[in-house]
Parts: sequence; C-alpha cells; structure tokens
Amino acid sequence: MKMNPRGMYAIYRFEIARAARTWLQSVVSPVVTTSLYFVVFGAAIGSRVEQVQGIPYGAFIVPGLIMLMLLTQSVTNASFGIFFPRFTGNIYEVLSAPVSYLEVVIGYVGAAATKSLILGLIILITAHLFVDLPIQHPFLMLFFLVLTAITFSLFGFIVGIWAQDFEQLQIVPLLLIIPLTFLGGTFYSLDVLPEFWQTVSLFNPVVYLVSGFRWSFFEVSDVPILVSLGMTFLFMLLCLALVWWIFRTGYRLKS
Amino acid sequence: MAPILTVKNLDKTYESGFQALKDINLNIEKGEIFALLGPNGAGKTTLISIICGIVNSTGGSVTVDGYDIVRDYRHTRSRIGLVPQELTRDAFETVWATVNFSRTLFGKPRDDAYLEKVLRDLSLWDKRNNQLRTLSGGMKRRLLIAKALSHEPSVLFLDEPTAGVDVELRQGMWETVEYLRETGVTVILTTHYIEEAELMADRIGVINQGEIILVENKRQLMKKLGQKQLVLQLREPLSSVPAGLAAYSLSLGDNGESLIYTYQTQSAQTGIDSLLQDLGEAGIRFTDLHTTQSSLEDIFLDLVNG
Repeated sequence: MKMNPRGMYAIYRFEIARAARTWLQSVVSPVVTTSLYFVVFGAAIGSRVEQVQGIPYGAFIVPGLIMLMLLTQSVTNASFGIFFPRFTGNIYEVLSAPVSYLEVVIGYVGAAATKSLILGLIILITAHLFVDLPIQHPFLMLFFLVLTAITFSLFGFIVGIWAQDFEQLQIVPLLLIIPLTFLGGTFYSLDVLPEFWQTVSLFNPVVYLVSGFRWSFFEVSDVPILVSLGMTFLFMLLCLALVWWIFRTGYRLKS
Repeated sequence: MAPILTVKNLDKTYESGFQALKDINLNIEKGEIFALLGPNGAGKTTLISIICGIVNSTGGSVTVDGYDIVRDYRHTRSRIGLVPQELTRDAFETVWATVNFSRTLFGKPRDDAYLEKVLRDLSLWDKRNNQLRTLSGGMKRRLLIAKALSHEPSVLFLDEPTAGVDVELRQGMWETVEYLRETGVTVILTTHYIEEAELMADRIGVINQGEIILVENKRQLMKKLGQKQLVLQLREPLSSVPAGLAAYSLSLGDNGESLIYTYQTQSAQTGIDSLLQDLGEAGIRFTDLHTTQSSLEDIFLDLVNG
C-alpha cells in the first residue's frame, strides 16, 4: 500500500457528515449572522454613508463580510475537527491507522475548507439578494476563496492541535480572527485612517485578504492585488511549515 | 514458523525522564493468545501504544509480519487492530457509521456483509443505528472490538479488556476472546487480573517496572501451580533429612520442627502413601499435618516483588 486514499476520504467524509448532522449550527447560523450584517450595516447605515472608493457602501462591505465568515468558519471548523477526537480520545484510531500525516491533513483540512467554501458561496448568493453586486474577475474571486479557505483551515488545524481545552479553542477565532477582520478593512477603506494606523494595518494579514478579494469584485483595493496574493501564499506556507513541524515532532499528538 | 510480532531491545523514556520500558524483548507466535500481566504502571499500555504507532519509542525495534513499525508503518498498521483501554467519551455518530469509518480509514473497501457479521458476532447488530452515546458500557467495549476488527487485522491488541467491567460482562469478554481464537486472530491482551490470563491465554508474560521478567507457556506455569506441599509437624525435631528418605523431595522447616514434602498433584502417584509408610518405619512421628498450594498469584507476587 503506497497511499491510502480510502483512509484520507474516510476522514474527509466523517468531517463532512459531522457538519451535515449539525447543519443548523454549521450552515444556517453563519448565513443568518451575515445577513444581519447586510441589513444593519448595508441597508440601515449604508443608506447614510457615501460611496467608498466609488462603490456603494452596501456592496463595498460584501467581500469583507464573506471573508469574515470564511476566516472564522475555516478556523472554527478545522480546529474543532481535530480537537474533538483529541478530547474524546478517539484520536488513537487515526494515529494507529495506516495513513500518512499528509493524508491526515488533507482529510481534516480539506473537509474544513470544503465546508467554509460552500458557506462562502451561499453567503455570496445571499448578498445578491440584498445588493447589486458586480464580479469583475469571477475566477480570481473563486481562487481567492479557495486559497483563503485552505490557508485558514490549515491555521485552524494548528489551533486544534495546540488547544488544551475548549476555552483555548474559542480564543483564537474570538480574540484574534474577528478583531483582525474588523480592523482589516472589512467595513472601511484603509485610506480613511490616519497615516500611522494605515501603517499598523499593513501588519494585519487579513488586510491583504480583504483587499485582494475586494479587487476581484470591483477592481479597487487598498494594496496591489499581487501583494495580496503573495501575502496569502506566504501565510499558507507558514501554516504548512508549522503543520509539518507538528507531525515531525508529534507535538501534542504523540509522546 | 517466524513469529508474527518481534520486539527487540525496545526502550521508552518519556520527556519527563520516566523510563517506561527497559530493553524489552518479546516474540509472539501466529494465532496464539498472549497475556501480558503486570501491575498498573508496569508499561503494558506504553508497549502496545508503541507497536500501534501512538507513542514513539526511544530505542530498539518492532517488526510485525517482518515489517518494521516505523519504516513500513502502512504494512504493520493495516495488520493490527487496537482496542484501547479507555472507553472514549460520548460521540454522536451511529454504530454502523463508526465501524464503516474504521474499516475505510484502514484502507479497506466497503464490505457491508463482513461488517454485519462482525456486529452480529458481537451482539451489536440490533444497535447498528444507535448513536454511540446511547450504548451501555459493555456494548461500548464490544463496539471498540468491532471497530478494531472492522479492517480484518491479523493481530489484535486488547488493552485491559475487562477493566472496570462487572462480572457478567467479564464473562462475556472471555467468550469474545474465545470467539477471536476461533477466527485465527493473534490476540495480545493486557490485564492485571491473574485469573483472566489463566483463563484465556496460551502464554503469559509478566511485566513490571518496564521490564519483562517472565514469559512462559501457561501449562508450564500451571505445572508450577500444580505443585503442592505436605507439611508434617514433627514430634521430635530433626537436624537433617534421614538418608533413608533421600528418594523423596523433602526439606526441613521451622528449625527442623517440620518436614516438607513437595509433590505434583497431577501425577498418578503422589508418593504420599509410601512416604508415610517409610516415615513410620524410620521411626519419625508427627503431631499434625497440612497441605499448601502456591497460586499463580503467589508466583506473580514473588516475581514482581523479588
């Protein structure tokens, strides 16, 4: 047996089935939350705000909101996926199975990325119901969605292995991802900030994601599109390196 | 026949500095039921965990069916089924889904007929659509066995199969092991119940403080167990065993106040008859007599404490 595609698929399917069992929490809840953002920020407040970078405010915030959901869902999903078997003790089965580390990662991260990707698309469709939304570069938009979903699912996987309890598991999405996304230009363009805070913002990786993703819709961005792509790739490589290190050392998986 | 499992000079020292296994050497033959007996913390679970790939060793090697557990892990792991000691916490998937997951995780194609047989054999078929959290303790343990068997392993590890299980369930577990023996699977079980090892195993290994201190065929151990001692309290103390009685396996106890005769209960002639006659002829009188028998537990305690 050179590869174990069945084993990889077993993990993938198990994780997808878990989301299907809890679809109210996995699908309905993030869609409702995002719709609330559209209603409150887009329709209620947006009607009093001028256009931003030439885009109506209601449409301007859509890429950022999709990113917000994509990031939080990818991290939450992937981290819970690997944390729960560690918590229940069922991880013994994956560790003792003839699957390689790469296959384990593809199974868990692939499933989490698939779920958040589907969610991102549902939210995109929902957004169309609220605002007029042109997509200038649909393929680039999809590429960004996929790249972000994979990158942040990898990040979530790392969180799920690092976390020792449920509190630590929640800390990263709540205290890191959400603030970074809110401060990452989801609801505003960076040029409305004082110069100092513009510079500080450039240290926030989410800025590059939101900016690049928004460019694929409207061809407007805070940072050049290639810089956005480059930074996203860089973050993905960083996560891959960390995952590689985790399995090499058995960090919190094997003693 | 080459052993199915070979452990050579295996060492494990945890990061804390605790040495859990010291130079373990062990061969397991195909089709046998081997009981690894030892007190809590002896290293039983660590040994199993290393063989299964859950814990890394710090020295030595293990081969399964000739394959190395690190270099050829896909080969070795696909041959091994593991039933862990801890009952895992409640989960929401169904019995049927979880055995299917286990089978495909180990790279085997779906085989509903085989899984149905395993679940029926372990009396779980009626529960196939139940969520795991609705199962009783005994069912959960049987389910862990079903999961381990789902990918048709040739070696099965049962880590403390009856720990924390009531008498009736223990009986059930023994029947399950008997069923496994019939299917031809090599079974390695750990336990700290001696009667369990005695009842189920072909061979018994004793492990203590990370070292294997004895590996013996159960029958040979039982033979030791089958030795009895007849103790005669003498009226007059003796300074040595009289030369005329040299043919008997005799020794003196209590500073010569008792004479101890060791004999096999299983042999047709215990020799007690003729000994008593010869004692009478030699003029040795006694005031009392009793017999003692060493249990496997005594042997075990001797080994562990000695």
